[in-house]
Amino acid sequence: MNDNLSNADIVKCENLVYKRSPVMTDNVMHYCPGCGHGTAHQIIAEVIEEMDIQAETIGITPVGCAVLMYNYLDIDMQEAAHGRAPALATAVKRLMPEKYVFTYQGDGDLAAIGTAETIHACNRGENIAIFFINNGIYGMTGGQMAPTTLPNMRSSTSPYGRDVEMMGNPLRITELVAQLPGTYYVTRQAVHTPTYVRKTKKAVRRAFENQKLKKGLSLVEIVSNCNSGWKMSPVQANKWMVDNMFPFYPPGDIKLEGKMLSKD
Amino acid sequence: MAKFKGSIVVDKEKCKGCEVCVVACPTNVIGLSREVNGKGFHIAFMENPDACTGCANCAIVCPDGVITVYKKERLSSEKKIKEQK
Ligand SMILES: Cc1ncc(C[n+]2csc(CCOP(=O)(O)OP(=O)(O)O)c2C)c(N)n1
Ligand code: SF4
Ligand code: SF4
Repeated sequence: MNDNLSNADIVKCENLVYKRSPVMTDNVMHYCPGCGHGTAHQIIAEVIEEMDIQAETIGITPVGCAVLMYNYLDIDMQEAAHGRAPALATAVKRLMPEKYVFTYQGDGDLAAIGTAETIHACNRGENIAIFFINNGIYGMTGGQMAPTTLPNMRSSTSPYGRDVEMMGNPLRITELVAQLPGTYYVTRQAVHTPTYVRKTKKAVRRAFENQKLKKGLSLVEIVSNCNSGWKMSPVQANKWMVDNMFPFYPPGDIKLEGKMLSKD
Repeated sequence: MAKFKGSIVVDKEKCKGCEVCVVACPTNVIGLSREVNGKGFHIAFMENPDACTGCANCAIVCPDGVITVYKKERLSSEKKIKEQK
């Protein structure tokens, strides 16, 4: 074997194996270092690129850290009021049924202020995709407790940990909407390791393919870190996520082709 | 030795030094530079370039999409001698 290949020999167009998707703009994302929002954006961009549907896709952006997502994906996007993305997506899809329509929402957006819109869009079986980024808190506004905050998890409004007696139980909204007849595909994934990035990409692809086949609503939850809000380094936050979020929000498919998967 | 040798190119001004790529690399290629970029972030770089296989794991987990990956097949010595002839 010849080991004398220099970097200059390797770094040539013909040897390219991976580069940022052209569906991403050149803008620097405003997210904190290591935040999963950026990874999730790129997965969606890559799927749009691979399906060659850049001109036919309309994204609905949330209120939350991803509010500026329209600066990062080079597709048509519309900003919704806090939590209302599924309602807006319903309107867009019904007016332009030939387009691919998705929402991208945090847990504060989707599972707190937007609970009604989420549940009704899922129950009606709107032919859209929902990408749900669950980091267990309200990231943008300073790490407050969300409906998804784990028992005993610290947040800026539960500094001693979420006391379930007083603050109630966290909500697994993904399992809840899977029970509704309108959802066709419901899954939970993550983006902290290459393996999970690949799984999430498959899930996102499936969500868009389902829409093409007019199958109804697909919801892909992505368990992610909010390292700033959790007050950890990105690498620590991803580890904490695996140790603490995964037991309560286990990754894996919940509903496939309109059928609930039985547990184990 | 791996059949392919890889190399990564990091967009230095866009890297935020989050270290997610560092832990994702199966062959421990990546480290963070001592010097910082314009925003004050340490930058991911190939600390151990000979170990890179071009698998792209680092690039697909990079939240900011700043890593570009290349790879080239290593030629066996016999093949290389033949080529030179
Ligand atoms: C109607 C309305 N209520 C409240 C707010 C304040 N607000 C902005 S972002 C946000 C929560 C965002 O949290 P999440 O959806 O979890 O997204 P993240 O920032 O964690 O990605 C809130 C409550 C608002 N902008 N509009
Ligand atoms: S505050 Fe949290 S969710 Fe928002 S960009 Fe920073 S790490 Fe990401
Ligand atoms: S391409 Fe693979 S081997 Fe090379 S630095 Fe990235 S993760 Fe490591």
